[in-house]
Amino acid sequence: MPTQIKELSVGDAVRRASDYQDDLQGETMSLNMGPSHPATHGVLRLRLELDGDYILSCDPVIGYLHRGDEKIAENMTYNQFVPYTDRLDYLAPLANNVCYAMAVEKLAGLKMPPRCETIRLICCELARLSSHLLGVGVYGMDCGAMTVFLYTYTQREKLYTLFEELTGARFTTSYTRIGGLARDIPAGWLGRVNDFLNQLGPAIDEVDNLLTRNKIFLDRTKDIAPISKEDAVSFGFTGPNLRASGVDVDLRRDCPYLGYENYDFEVPIGSVGDCYDRYLVRLEEMRQSLSIVRQAIDKMPDGPWYAEEAKKIFKPAKDKVLTSMEELIQNFMIVTEGPQIPAGEVYFEAENPKGVLGFFVHSKGGGVPYRLRIRGASFCSLSILPKLLPGMMMSDIPVVLGSFDFVMGECDR
Amino acid sequence: MDWIDILLKVVYCVLVVVVTMTIAGYSVMAERKIASWIQGRIGPNRARIPGIADIPVLGTALVKLGIFQLPADGLKFLFKEEPVPAHVKKVYYTIAPCLALVPALVVLVVLPFGVYYIDGQAHPLVLADLDIGILFILAISSLGVYGVVLGAWAGNNKYSFFGGVRSSAQMISYELALGMSILPVFMWANGPTGGLGDLTLFNVVTSQTALWNVIWMPIPAFVYLTALFAETNRLPFDMPETETELVGGFHTEYGGFKFGLYFTGEYAHMVIGSAVFTILFFGGWQFLPTFGFLPEWVANPWASWGWIGSVVSVIFFIVKLYALMVFFIWIRWTLPRFRYDQVMTIGWKYLLPMALACIVFYAIVIGAWDTFMNVQDTPAIINQSAP
Repeated sequence: MPTQIKELSVGDAVRRASDYQDDLQGETMSLNMGPSHPATHGVLRLRLELDGDYILSCDPVIGYLHRGDEKIAENMTYNQFVPYTDRLDYLAPLANNVCYAMAVEKLAGLKMPPRCETIRLICCELARLSSHLLGVGVYGMDCGAMTVFLYTYTQREKLYTLFEELTGARFTTSYTRIGGLARDIPAGWLGRVNDFLNQLGPAIDEVDNLLTRNKIFLDRTKDIAPISKEDAVSFGFTGPNLRASGVDVDLRRDCPYLGYENYDFEVPIGSVGDCYDRYLVRLEEMRQSLSIVRQAIDKMPDGPWYAEEAKKIFKPAKDKVLTSMEELIQNFMIVTEGPQIPAGEVYFEAENPKGVLGFFVHSKGGGVPYRLRIRGASFCSLSILPKLLPGMMMSDIPVVLGSFDFVMGECDR
Repeated sequence: MDWIDILLKVVYCVLVVVVTMTIAGYSVMAERKIASWIQGRIGPNRARIPGIADIPVLGTALVKLGIFQLPADGLKFLFKEEPVPAHVKKVYYTIAPCLALVPALVVLVVLPFGVYYIDGQAHPLVLADLDIGILFILAISSLGVYGVVLGAWAGNNKYSFFGGVRSSAQMISYELALGMSILPVFMWANGPTGGLGDLTLFNVVTSQTALWNVIWMPIPAFVYLTALFAETNRLPFDMPETETELVGGFHTEYGGFKFGLYFTGEYAHMVIGSAVFTILFFGGWQFLPTFGFLPEWVANPWASWGWIGSVVSVIFFIVKLYALMVFFIWIRWTLPRFRYDQVMTIGWKYLLPMALACIVFYAIVIGAWDTFMNVQDTPAIINQSAP
């Protein structure tokens, strides 16, 4: 049989993939990428079938970080589950805390006072900043730009110091409670947040200057792994990945919670849906978050930071517990049996840094959920890999994975 | 040859190797320190030898600069456990790191690094003043790819296999552009100013007395420098060890001193590449170009200083070399990495045609110069006898 010479064009990934399926020359190579591999950011495992440097098929294997969070939730009171939400998207624990608390409060029909809502909103946006800083930095590192990663990481460390002051923990914050917060913000904390924001703007610009118009970075990311609007919707994309594909959906604007309707911000939209767009959307979202936090600091209201009317849900103040019989009993009941949530079913989702994080809570009354279902954005982002990767080069894998900015803790739950 | 001459040669050899290895080692330190400065970190500042911190100002300054990190790292490589994975091909696995380092050191033999004067005659400070100098360098340094490929195959790991395949393709491709880009330099050196018809590097340096080649041959210099990045596997061309996709690339299975050999070999390659670049394009150890109108002593102000002048010339050579190393490091920590196919595209579609076009262009220019300027006073400055 005469040897066939095949003309290849590097940019034409889809055509090449279909060509290669039919008549392959030589053998293919199966490569197991992960679960412990620098490109996979955690414990994702990709079973790849390679022809030279080109990917023929990709089979993501997930579940290496499965802890059974949903089942765990059925065996503990509502407040006890808050630390477990830290470990979902562990790069934005504050946003997870807020989302979970709001889901349960929606079931209980609680309305938070404005101060609590504003604090929660600041938490959410700072978590978004923290997550996107890491996302962009790691993405730069995946492309080989190590310095960008360290620039963003420095900023994230400052942010963690603020978190530590607020919650007592740098990483696993567990800040919210059902019906309020663990504690009020410390004195002077808002000023320090403002100082941080003032120096964060130039830092973001620095990353912008290093990457956005860098020829090598453009070569690596532009027109790599474009995802159409239809694909993005049908694979259940949410958050920045969805918006990069040009779908104009942002829950903060479209179905506002935490009073997002009172804030002035824009939602960046991508045009092509390639890796470069996903980077640009994250970069712009950071700037928008920055302005949202500034606005929130300006209009921080006074008042209680917990729902006072929620007698059977939020623990009373310590001094009252020590002095009054009524509150002592109430405290005892909440600690032993958990916050009393009425029977019913509710689904609440919030615009988290990685995408939509949703909690479905089914309660049959009492302090323990009957069923709790978590919807994570990373799972959906990864589900497109078998369709997206074939025809691309192996060197594109870190870039594509980095651009999705996924977290296995949220994917595997 | 007298036995004392042979002994002297051996001493020279040891000296040159030791100095080069030290420079290579301290470029690792420079890399770490400069990287940390670029990234807003402190970098290595703890390693010390006992008692050094008691010296009031100097001691603490040296410790903070991380001077003692190099011996600490070297000792660590020597003494740490060296696990050999069960699935490797042991013989090749052991040979490969040596093969990576040895060519880099062999090249040193023909590398002139300074100048000395006897009766007003300039002689190069070099171990062997080969007539085929640059050919020897190209030939030997291209053997370095065997160390990488052999190590990759011996590692018997799919990731290192990828690294090996990529590096062999890349290093061989860029060697073409590298070799082509230096031809104009030798056409010039052997044309109007040199005229001796050989490829010694000393000849090249003396031909740059009037004008450093980088000034009027910027494109060959650029092509050479880019190809040098690829040859030494430095970012943005570090395909053999793209750590985000290939884990460690060709040295994935290596640890301990074998990895240390690869590591040193890479830096030795960088040092030698920078040295060749300095000689070819930056006027070697010369102080400043005369530009045709400045007095001759500007190029070698230390010509009449005896052996001190030689030392100064060596120091000046090393300064230029280090400036280039800093440039290497600066690029590495600033730019992202190319994709493998983009690297090949750049090598074949841009650098090679550019180098070829430069050959044609400079051939015409130099030919015209030779014909019309009619240079009569060809200076015969090379004493062919080795030092």
